[in-house]
Amino acid sequence: MSADRKQVILGAYFPGVNHDTVWSDPASGSHIDFSSFEHWARTAERGKLDLLFLAEGLRLRTRGEAIFDQDVVGRPDTFTVLASLAAITEHIGLAGTINSTFNEPYELARKFASLDLLSGGRAAWNVVTSFDAPTGENFRRGGFLDRSQRYERAGETLEAARRLWDSWGSDAVVADQEIGRFLRDERVGDFAVQGNQFDIAGRFSTPRSPQGHPVVLQAGESPAGRDFAAKHSDAIFSRYQQFDEARAFYTDVKARVAKAGRNPDEVKILPSAAVILGDTEAEARDRHADIRSRQVDPFTAIVLAETAWNRDLSDVDPDGPVPDLEPTPDAPKWIKGRAPLTQDAHATAEAWRQLGRSEGLSLRQVVTKVFDRNVFVGTPEFVAEEIDRYVQQEAVDGFILGSHVTPSGLDEVVDRVVPLLQDRGAFRTEYTGTTLRDNLGLEPAEKFGEPGTRRSDSAAS
Amino acid sequence: MSENPLHLAVALDGAGWHPAAWRDPNATPEALFTPGYWTALVQAAERGLLDFATIEDALGLQSDDHISNTDRRTDQVRGRLDAELIAAFTAPLTSRVGLIPTITTTHTEPFHIASALATLDHNSLGRAGWRVQTSVRADEAAHFGRRALPEIRRDTLGTPETDAAVADLFEEAGDSVEVVRRLWDSWEDGTEIRDAETNRFLDRDKLHHIDFSGRFFSVRGPGIVPRPPQGQPLVVALAHARAAYELAARSADVVFTTPRNAAEVPGIVAEVRAAEQAVGRTGAPLRILADVVVSVDEDAAEARDRLRRLDELDEPLRSDAAVVAGSVVELADLLQEWRAASPELDGFRLRPAVLPTDLDAIADGLVPELQRRGAFRSAYDTDSLRERFGLPRPASRYAGENTAEVAR
Repeated sequence: MSADRKQVILGAYFPGVNHDTVWSDPASGSHIDFSSFEHWARTAERGKLDLLFLAEGLRLRTRGEAIFDQDVVGRPDTFTVLASLAAITEHIGLAGTINSTFNEPYELARKFASLDLLSGGRAAWNVVTSFDAPTGENFRRGGFLDRSQRYERAGETLEAARRLWDSWGSDAVVADQEIGRFLRDERVGDFAVQGNQFDIAGRFSTPRSPQGHPVVLQAGESPAGRDFAAKHSDAIFSRYQQFDEARAFYTDVKARVAKAGRNPDEVKILPSAAVILGDTEAEARDRHADIRSRQVDPFTAIVLAETAWNRDLSDVDPDGPVPDLEPTPDAPKWIKGRAPLTQDAHATAEAWRQLGRSEGLSLRQVVTKVFDRNVFVGTPEFVAEEIDRYVQQEAVDGFILGSHVTPSGLDEVVDRVVPLLQDRGAFRTEYTGTTLRDNLGLEPAEKFGEPGTRRSDSAAS
Repeated sequence: MSENPLHLAVALDGAGWHPAAWRDPNATPEALFTPGYWTALVQAAERGLLDFATIEDALGLQSDDHISNTDRRTDQVRGRLDAELIAAFTAPLTSRVGLIPTITTTHTEPFHIASALATLDHNSLGRAGWRVQTSVRADEAAHFGRRALPEIRRDTLGTPETDAAVADLFEEAGDSVEVVRRLWDSWEDGTEIRDAETNRFLDRDKLHHIDFSGRFFSVRGPGIVPRPPQGQPLVVALAHARAAYELAARSADVVFTTPRNAAEVPGIVAEVRAAEQAVGRTGAPLRILADVVVSVDEDAAEARDRLRRLDELDEPLRSDAAVVAGSVVELADLLQEWRAASPELDGFRLRPAVLPTDLDAIADGLVPELQRRGAFRSAYDTDSLRERFGLPRPASRYAGENTAEVAR
C-alpha cells in the first residue's frame, strides 16, 4: 500500500439515549457502571482509535408532561467519566460534549485544562448550546437565552475559555527550590474578558495544559454554524454520511475554512456512523433488518414522528399511512430534552407523506428509512473498503462509530474492520503521537503562542 | 477493636500544608500538576488504610489567607487541578479509600455537583464524598461575573455587613446541599427496570421532580444520574464557629473541627452537639473529626527540624488547626490523648505539612504504631465510605411517593 495514503480518523461514541440503542438486546449491559465505560475504552484503544466521545445529559426527556420511560435516559457526568477513563487509558483522545449555556467559562476552562493535564494531552471539547428552557429549570440561571443569544454566548464562552487557557505561559511553573521561585512572574494567569455575555477578570488557576487548548469539536449545520465551526473548531461532527451529501458538506466546509484564513487540513470532518457486519452480505442485511425492527418498534415510530409533528400521535396507527394531521410546531413542546428534528415541520411532514405514497410505505417504514442514514452494512471487507473510499475521495476525514449495544458493540469493528484498514495502509497500527492533537494531525500546542506574544493579548474584545 | 473505631483521614493540598513545603528536599514541586503525583498520594492513603482523602480546591489561586483575594505571590505554590477530576482519575486506580473533593456552593451549580459526585460514587463503587465549601472571596466572584461579593478580610469579620454576607453564603450552601441530596434521591433504587414486555426501560413512578425553590435558586429535577451506590455520597464540612457548626449540623455527615489541644476537645464536641440541637438535626449525629497539621517522622528530632527548616525558609506556619511535630509514637500518644478527652471525638483528619513525606510517615509509621496499640484497624472492613462511618445507606426520601405527572 502506498505510504502516503490519507489516514482515516476513527472515534467511538458511547451508545445511549436514542433510537440507535437496543437496550432490550440480551448483550446490552449497563450504560452507567464504570465497567461498561472501561470495556468500551479499552476496546477502542486496542483498536488504536483516535478518540472516545461522550454526550452530556442535563435533564430527562419528557413526552407530554410525563418522563419518558421507553429509552435509555440516565447518563453519568461527562467530565467525571472522562477523568476516570484517563487513568486506565494511555493514548486515546477523551472528548466530552459540554454545554456553553449552563456552564461558566472559568469553571469549564479549568475542568478541560485539568483533564488535559491528567490525561497527558488528550482532552477535547464538543461545544454545544442549549435553547431548551426546561433544561434551565435545573440551573440557577433559569430557562432563558433566545436563539441569537445562545450562539453569542457559545462564541463568547469559547473565546473566554481560550483566553483563560492562554493566560498561563507554558514555562510558568519554575518550581526552583533553591531560590524559592515557584512561578515565573508575568506568566501566570491574568485575564480580562468583556463581552455582551461576560464581564470577568482575574487570574486563572490551572497551568497551561499539554495541548495548550484542548481540541475543539463542533456540530455545524446551518451556514452560520458552518462558518462558526470553520473559524473556531478543530473538527466538525456532521450528520452526512451518504457519499454525495458527505462530499458536498466536506467541500463546502473546507472552502469556508480556507476563507477563514486557515489550512483546510486543520479542520477534520467526522460524521457519525454505525457498522453492522455479517460473514456474507446477506447475513449483514438480515442483521440490519432485525436491528432496525427492534430500534424502530411501533411505539418508537410514533414517538419519532411526534418529534417532527410536535403533537401527540398516540392515536395514529404506525402500520398505516403517514398521517394527514398537520404538525403544530408553534405549540408548547410535546417532547422535551431532545434536539429538534426539523426547522420546517410542515415540509418534513409533507416529505414523509410523499415518501410513503411513492414507495408504498407505512409510517413506521418511513420512519425506519428516514432515521437509517448512517450505517455501513456488509462484510468486514466491504465496510473497510467503504470507509477507506470515503476518506481517500474526500467525502470525510473519518467517522465517529456507534453501535446498538452497550458496551460491547464496538468489539467486532475493532476486531474485524480495523485490521483491514490497517492492511490497506489507511489506519495506524501503533499510536505515534503523544497528544490527541498529534494523533489527529493538527498543529501542535505551540501554535497558540505564549502570553505577551499573542494577538489576543492586545486585542480588547 | 473498640465500639467506636478510630477514624483517620488525610487532607491533600498541593505540596503540603506548610507554605514552604514545596521547598523540602523530598518534595516534588515540578510534579504537582501531573496525574502520577496525585495517584501516588491517594494510593499512599489507601496503603495506610485511611478512611478517606480530601482534596482541597477553590475557584481562584491560593492565598496566604484563604478568605483573602489571591496575593499574587509566585514564591509559593499557586495553581491547582480540579479536585473532583483528580478524585475521578484516582477512582479506578484505588479500591477502598474514600475520595472527597472540595466543591464550592457559591459558584458551582448544584445540578452539576450532584451529577459529578453521583458519577464519582458509581466509578469508585461507593467511595465518594463532598467537602462543602463556600467562597467569600471577591476575586473568585469576579471570575464568574454573576454576583459581587463585598471584600471580606479577617479584620472586617464581625462587622454587620460581613456577617450578613457570610450568613447569606452559608444559607446558600445549605440550600445547595439540600438540592444535591434531593437530586440524589430523585432516582429511587431500582428505577432502571428494562422491562421488555411493557417496553419500559425506566419505571417512571420511581423518578421524582424535586421542585426546590429557595432564596438563591430553584431546581426542578429529577437528576440525570441514577441513584449512586451509597444512596448519598458522604457530605463533610470544616467548621470553626457556631454558624459553621450549624451549617454542618443541618447539611453534613461529618464535621472537621480545629481544637488546639486536648483540653479544647470536650468544649468543641459540646458546641457541635448544641448546634445539632439548635437546628433540630434528626438521624445520625455528626461524626466529629479533629484537624491536625502534622510533621511526623520515625525520629522526633527530624520531624521538628523539618518544620523548623521550612519555617526559616518562608515564614512560620500559621494554621487554623493545631500544628504538631514529632515522632510517630508521640503523634499516636497525642491522638489517643485527644480521643480520651472526649469519647465523641471520632477521629482525625491529618494535614501533612509536607507531601509526600508526612503522608508516607502516616501510612508507614503512625498507622502501624496505632495498630500495635490495637487502636486502628488492620484491614479495610467495609466497602462503602458511609458504612465505614457506621452510617446507614439512606432510603430515597421520595420512595413510595407516587408522582403522577401533571402539567404545572
